[in-house]
Amino acid sequence: MIPAIIVAAYLCVVLYIGIFAFRKGTSSKEDYFVAGRSLGPYVFLLALFGTNMTAFAILGSSGLAYQRGIGVYGLMASASGLVIPLCLFFIGTRLWALGKKFGHVTQVQYFRDRWECSHIGTVIFALTAAMLVPYIIIGVMGGGHTLEALTTVMGADGKPALHEVMRNGQAVMETKHWVSYEVGGAIVALVVMSYVFFGGMRGTAWVNTFQTLLFLGFGAIAFVLISKNLGGFDRIISEMAADPKTAPLLTRQRIPMAEFFSYTLIPLSAIMFPHIAIMCMTAEKVSSFKKTIIFYPICILLIWLPCVVLGVVAVHQFPGLKVGESDDVILRLLTANTDPLLAGMLGAAIMACVMASDSQILALCTMFSQDVFAHYGGGQKFGEKAQVWTGRIFVILITTLAYFIGLHLEDKAGIFELAIRFAFSGFAALAPVMLAALFWKRSTKWGALAATLWVAFAMAGTWWLFDSTAALAPKPGQPFVQIFPAFGDLLLRSSSGVLVHGYLPVLPMVLGSAFFMVMGSLLTKPPGLATLNKYFPPGNHGDAATSSLSPKQI
Amino acid sequence: MKKTTLLTLLVALVYLLHQDFWNWKKIEPLVLGFLPIGLAYHVGYSLVAAATMALLVRFAWPKQLDADEKSTPRRPEDAR
Repeated sequence: MIPAIIVAAYLCVVLYIGIFAFRKGTSSKEDYFVAGRSLGPYVFLLALFGTNMTAFAILGSSGLAYQRGIGVYGLMASASGLVIPLCLFFIGTRLWALGKKFGHVTQVQYFRDRWECSHIGTVIFALTAAMLVPYIIIGVMGGGHTLEALTTVMGADGKPALHEVMRNGQAVMETKHWVSYEVGGAIVALVVMSYVFFGGMRGTAWVNTFQTLLFLGFGAIAFVLISKNLGGFDRIISEMAADPKTAPLLTRQRIPMAEFFSYTLIPLSAIMFPHIAIMCMTAEKVSSFKKTIIFYPICILLIWLPCVVLGVVAVHQFPGLKVGESDDVILRLLTANTDPLLAGMLGAAIMACVMASDSQILALCTMFSQDVFAHYGGGQKFGEKAQVWTGRIFVILITTLAYFIGLHLEDKAGIFELAIRFAFSGFAALAPVMLAALFWKRSTKWGALAATLWVAFAMAGTWWLFDSTAALAPKPGQPFVQIFPAFGDLLLRSSSGVLVHGYLPVLPMVLGSAFFMVMGSLLTKPPGLATLNKYFPPGNHGDAATSSLSPKQI
Repeated sequence: MKKTTLLTLLVALVYLLHQDFWNWKKIEPLVLGFLPIGLAYHVGYSLVAAATMALLVRFAWPKQLDADEKSTPRRPEDAR
C-alpha cells in the first residue's frame, strides 16, 4: 500500500497547486491560457522542460536503450539538446514577442493574421488537434495502468495474489489489485482535469515545475542506489563489454547511420507542438528565455543519461525481455536492487511524475477556445469570460472523452502509441511553415496550405505503408525488406517501421514541406502591405519580430 | 569574418559533430570507468551544445526584442 499512498499524496499536492493557482489568478483570458505572461526564468525553464518530459519519452528511452544500446542517448537526447534550444532561440522568442505585441495565444492565431486567411488556420488547427489527441488518451491510460500496478495485492508468499474472474463466459485467474484500471484512470483523469480546470496555465506550469524537480531528485537517488547495490556500474559495463552477446549494446551497431541522422530532425517537432508553443507565450520577459536556452541541454543530460545507462545495465540483470516488456526496466531495477519500501516510494514518485498529459489537455482547450470559439464569433459576442469558460468546459469534455476511449480501447493502446510516433514526424515537418511565417516575408497562405497538406498526406501514406506491410516486417536485427522490389531500396520495411532509402520518413517529410512552402509561396501573391508592415515593420531587421527590409524590397 | 558568419559556422559545425561515425563500433576507453566512449562523447556533446547556446545568447541575442519588451504594453487592451 505504501506506493499507493505516495501516489495519493502526490495527487493531493498537485490538486492543491491547481487550486492555489486559481486563487492567485484573475478571470482574464490571458491569465487562464498563458498565466498572464508572467512566468519567471526558473519556473519557465522547469515548466517548459517538464511539459516535454512525458512517460513516452522517459520510460520509452530506457526500454529502447535496453533493446538498442547506448546510442539511444545520441538518438533521442543529445540531438534534442541542440535542436530544441535552437528552436527556442530562433522561434520561441519571436512567438513570445508577437504574442505579447498582438495578443496571440496560439500559433493558429498568428498564422491566420500573418497570412490574412482564416482557412489556413483552420486546416493547421485540425491537423495539430488530431495529432495531439492520442497523447491525451495515452496519458489517461497510463494513469490507470500506473495506479493498478502500484496497488497489486501481494500474497503471503510475496508474489501477486490471484483471484478468479469471468472473461467472455469463462473463469480465468487474474492478479488482484486494490485499485482497478478503470478506477485508477478515473482518479488520475479527475485530478488532472481539476487542476487544469481551476489553475489553467499557471496551475499546469507550477505542476510541471514540481514534477521536474521531483523527477530529478528521485531519479538521482534511484540511480545512485541501484549502482551501489549492483557493486558499481563500472563492473557491470566491463562484464557486458567482455560478452559478445551484450557488447554491441555498448556501441551503436544496432542503430543504422541513416536512422541516427534522421533522428536529428525529430526535435524540430518541439516548437510545433501546441503545448510547447503556447508555453513560450507564458514568459514574463524575453530574457527569461536566456536561461532556458542555455540550461535545456543540461536538463536533458541529467534526465536522459541515467535513463539510458539504466536501460543498458538492465540487460545484465534481466536478459531476454522483448520489445514492450522492456519499457518498465527502471521499475524492475528498483524492485530488485532496493528494499521494497524504498522501491515502492521511488517507483511511485517516478511514475506519478510522468503519467499525466496536463499540458496537452490545456493546449487543446486553448486552441478550441481561441481558434474555434473566439475566432468564429464567440469572442466578440460573449466576451472574454465566456472564452475562459469555453476552455474550462472543453477541459471537462476532452478529459471525459479520453477516459471513456481509454476504457473501451484499452487493448488498442499500441495504436495510440504508434500515432504519437507518427505525430513527432508530423509536427517536425510543420516546422518549415513556422520558419517561413517568421523569417520569409514572401511566404503566402498557399505555400503554407500546400506544406500542411503534404504533411497530412505523407503521414497518412506512411501509416498505410506501415500497416499494409506488417507481414513483411523483419525481426529486430534482421536486414530491411524492400516493400516494392521494382523500386529497389527506395521504400524499405524495418522491424519498427517504414524507411525511405534507409532514412526515417521525417526526412522526406521535412524536405517536402519546405519545398511545398517555397514553391506554393513563389507561385502565389504575397500578403498585403499593411500585414507585412505589421509583422515586418520598416526600420527593424531580419524577421517577423525584428524586421528591417521595407515591403518594397520583397 | 563577421560575427554572424562565425556563429552560423559554429552552429553548423556542432550539428555535424553529432554524427560521430568514428565512435560507431568502439567501446573503449570507458570514461569514468563506466561510460563507453560513444556515450561519453554525446555527454560531452550536450555540454558543448549548452556552451554553444551560451555563445548565441551572449553574441547573437535579438536585442530588438529586449527593446520591444520595454516599449510594448503588456496586452493590446492596455494600449487603448
